[in-house]
Amino acid sequence: MAKISAGSAPFDPFVAAQVLGPEAPPISERGTFAYLRGHLFGSVPQVLLTLFGAWLVYVTIPPMIQFFITDAVWSGTNREACLPDKVGRAVGACWPFIWAKFDQLVYGFYPAAERWRVNIVYALGAVLLLPLLIQSLPYKRLNAIAFFGVYPVVAFILLTGGDMEPKGFLLSWLGLGGLFSGFPAVGGLQLGFWADYILSAILVTALAAFVCRAVAGPEAMRPAIRSTLVTFAVLAAVLFAADIDLGLAPVETRLWGGLLVTLVIAVTGITVSLPFGILLALGRRSNLPLVKIASIAFIEFWRGVPLITVLFFATYMLPLFLPGRLTIDGLLRALVGVALFASAYMAEVVRGGLQAIPKGQYEGAMAVGLRSSLMMRLVVLPQALKLVIPGIVNNFIGLFKDTTLVLIVSIFDLLGAMRAAFTDPNWATPTTLFTGFGFAGIVYFVFCFGMSRYSMALERRLDRARRH
Amino acid sequence: MTADAIIADVEKGAPEIAVSMSGVNKWYGEFHVLRDINLTVHKGERLVICGPSGSGKSTLIRCINRLEEHQKGKIVVDGIELTDDLKRIDEVRREVGMCFQHFNLFPHLTILENCTLAPMWVRKMPKKEAEDLAMHFLEKVKIPHQAAKYPGQLSGGQQQRVAIARALCMRPRIMLFDEPTSALDPEMVKEVLDTMVALAEDGMTMLCVTHEMGFARQVANRVIFMDAGQIIEMNEPNAFFSNPQHERTRLFLSQILH
Repeated sequence: MAKISAGSAPFDPFVAAQVLGPEAPPISERGTFAYLRGHLFGSVPQVLLTLFGAWLVYVTIPPMIQFFITDAVWSGTNREACLPDKVGRAVGACWPFIWAKFDQLVYGFYPAAERWRVNIVYALGAVLLLPLLIQSLPYKRLNAIAFFGVYPVVAFILLTGGDMEPKGFLLSWLGLGGLFSGFPAVGGLQLGFWADYILSAILVTALAAFVCRAVAGPEAMRPAIRSTLVTFAVLAAVLFAADIDLGLAPVETRLWGGLLVTLVIAVTGITVSLPFGILLALGRRSNLPLVKIASIAFIEFWRGVPLITVLFFATYMLPLFLPGRLTIDGLLRALVGVALFASAYMAEVVRGGLQAIPKGQYEGAMAVGLRSSLMMRLVVLPQALKLVIPGIVNNFIGLFKDTTLVLIVSIFDLLGAMRAAFTDPNWATPTTLFTGFGFAGIVYFVFCFGMSRYSMALERRLDRARRH
Repeated sequence: MTADAIIADVEKGAPEIAVSMSGVNKWYGEFHVLRDINLTVHKGERLVICGPSGSGKSTLIRCINRLEEHQKGKIVVDGIELTDDLKRIDEVRREVGMCFQHFNLFPHLTILENCTLAPMWVRKMPKKEAEDLAMHFLEKVKIPHQAAKYPGQLSGGQQQRVAIARALCMRPRIMLFDEPTSALDPEMVKEVLDTMVALAEDGMTMLCVTHEMGFARQVANRVIFMDAGQIIEMNEPNAFFSNPQHERTRLFLSQILH
């Protein structure tokens, strides 16, 4: 190689004489003083920002403490306790109003004698959910089955009272209801329905087996029969539990209200939207054109309409289109609307995560022989979902707060129950409104902040894998 | 060997043949990336494939486990012809291990889990057995003590050795290497090459896309030179390096062997 001969400056050859060990950083880089200088008072703009921040804290926090705590009234039996004239001082929050309306805020118009059922649902939910969220506790699989599989059924039965008296299954729906009309009910069980159910199960299984045989050959028949029967068996267990008469008084959903409705809608929306959103996101990236188009159409439709429109449509217009004898519970309609709406948003968040996974991960998974379903489940989705935890939780929080919109279709969630409580002349005081909204705000904040903190902890824990 | 002779071999289904490609052509859109590839690899053979960037050498070996699809010609791997049939593709991928330039380890799984994933889910091996197998191969690539760490905590050379162990856990009969050392710091190249040499000594059938000519001299039975989608020259290593026949090969070798 040609010698490069620029006139290099003279230098002394050098060889390190000893190995240098690590030392602590200089004192000026550590401690309170360095922190203050570095982060709060480093430069003129920084000083101004610090002062502005301090001023903001000064004008917001002390008045809030004054209103909600120091000037607040903590006990009383009616509005008299919170009227400044009667008390003889400035009055802040009127907490006795909240105490007096507390049951209404938590249960709505749920009959007082039956509220123990709601309490059991709350307690059971907490008992099952908490250990699921704490990573170090064992039996995650069992716990998940209990929470996602068994709990919704138990909650449904407890809240509605069960014994839902289904009229007919597939065959009746196809116009063959006359076959089963003479059957009696035993212990709350509609025998006519169950006869219909068993016949339908047999027919559908046979049909599935036939189709699979025609499409994929005889060896596909056995798994098809097995999975169809398992599906029917699981559905039967759920329906059986819902149909049997346990002696619980039925409570219509229009009596439900307050925090109960907020939680029912939010928890259902959250637990449905994530799996459904994942399926939609995978569908949107599918190679099968039909699946892809269907997913895109679904997502774009639900993202394109406002939630209020969805709720309004489901509540007031859907009944006009349905055949006369078919009525769907009002709360259920809102639930389905919210869940589908949330799923569409979730799908786009998950798709963002899927797109961030490099091609090499797919190739690595394929090269070790993983089929595409396993590749998605074991390699791609775990990484994609981890990436979009902030977006997922963002959706959860948004959904939790959007539940307040059900107010416009006359479903009284926490905020609705609160507004109903405002109308009570017995508690008409100058600060009732502020107290009520303040309290509702605190309740929403506690739930949303809880979700936010949990997601941050989850991110930190999962992040170990990426750190060096 | 002529194309006809290869096709005859393939049709006989000669048991000693690991991979045979006859008349293989592939296009990326309009770009003709593989042009009439005819190649037979016998069991236990070690091939090194080199050539300038864009010559189709990676595409060639990626066709062998169907990471890329060929449009014309016939590829038979371990007696299984590669077609659109997903079952056959799965079968081939179970028998063929692969190491990539960028390792492609699964970052959300520990080293041990990376190695046990496929045996457990594809071969339905019990967890304990899969872990024993994984530890066996991790010892073989000399990193058993890193089993509980995540890929991001390992150096590039260590990651590539894990990738080799991960592939070996599926007990493949053929190993493909796609530039396994070209993303590594110079200090780490040797540890990976040593692992590959050890693998070669165990009699593994190997196809390596690499520019490590020392490795080629040491272990290869044959060296293949590709350019513009075509196999230009194929010879045993000594002859290939000391006496390249084709003009293009000579130019290439003069560029990389200073």
